[in-house]
Amino acid sequence: MEKKELVPYGTYIMIWFGLLVLTGVTIIAASLHFGQWSIMTAIAIATVKGALVLFIFMNLKREERLFKIMLSLALITMTVIMVLTFADISFR
Amino acid sequence: MSTATLHEPHVHVDATGAKIAMWLFLFTELLLFGGLFLAYAVFRTYYPADFHYATTTLSVSIGALNTALLLTSSLTMVLSVAALERLNRRLSVILLGVTALLGILFLVNKYFEWSAKFHHGLYPGSQDLALHPDGEKVFYGLYFTMTGLHGVHVLVGVGVLAVILAMIARRPRRTVSVPIAAPTALALQGDSGPLWHQAADAQLDAVDVTLVYRENEAVAHRQLIKLENAGLYWHLVDVIWIFLFPLLYLIS
Repeated sequence: MEKKELVPYGTYIMIWFGLLVLTGVTIIAASLHFGQWSIMTAIAIATVKGALVLFIFMNLKREERLFKIMLSLALITMTVIMVLTFADISFR
Repeated sequence: MSTATLHEPHVHVDATGAKIAMWLFLFTELLLFGGLFLAYAVFRTYYPADFHYATTTLSVSIGALNTALLLTSSLTMVLSVAALERLNRRLSVILLGVTALLGILFLVNKYFEWSAKFHHGLYPGSQDLALHPDGEKVFYGLYFTMTGLHGVHVLVGVGVLAVILAMIARRPRRTVSVPIAAPTALALQGDSGPLWHQAADAQLDAVDVTLVYRENEAVAHRQLIKLENAGLYWHLVDVIWIFLFPLLYLIS
């Protein structure tokens, strides 16, 4: 079994703290009423939070490249479905 | 007297293969929730005003509390993995227990949140809701479907964590069957003399020896991959909530 370098406990605690701060930011941002930008702001913050969980907590950052390619394929598939659906309903 | 020596057999663990399988499963989960997010996005463009109003009826404080609970449970989950990596079995078990407990607290919160909605007559197919505009009906339908499906995932996750916890908490042991040529006298030899002795038995052709390890790296590594995969599932459920929370509770 190959030995991987251990991630210090402190790194995970820092990431957790960051996630809580971002949750606070997204609540405050929603109360400021950015109008049509509020959806984009919320999704952008959620994407950053999701990426932190995926790359650090789910260890994707230190995983082999294959895992990143697989995740990209899944996300591209979702994006294609989203875009095609909106291309349909936007021009009815 | 002949002496038999027990060897720990080499057990090959394909951690990468196990993880690939877990990620493939997670992608199916992603598409399952992806379909619901797509429905949400489409209906939101159809009924922006109704969605705007319905969002404000959900309790931001309960949603925020549940977000904090799930994020913290993700932390204890990843720390549990880190502890087992350091062969700290005790700490790993404690952190895993805390993770499951936070998951249960999340569900308790969800119960009270749903009860309040039901109390106000807001549930799919209710007579009160039938008087609301179409967009609000769709919103509450999506709200109950998405948080309900997510809640089921949390429940399953708690079950998975409990199974893994029971597995790690048990001291690693292995039973091997040692064949012997009958009739043989058996003796257990300690450092300071014989511990146990049995006279020759013509019926006996093998003895089962159970080894209980104080700590064993090979066993810990075999359990680690299961713990890591359970963690991947738990974190994915967290990621889904990270997107559900702003979309259902915040955007107005």
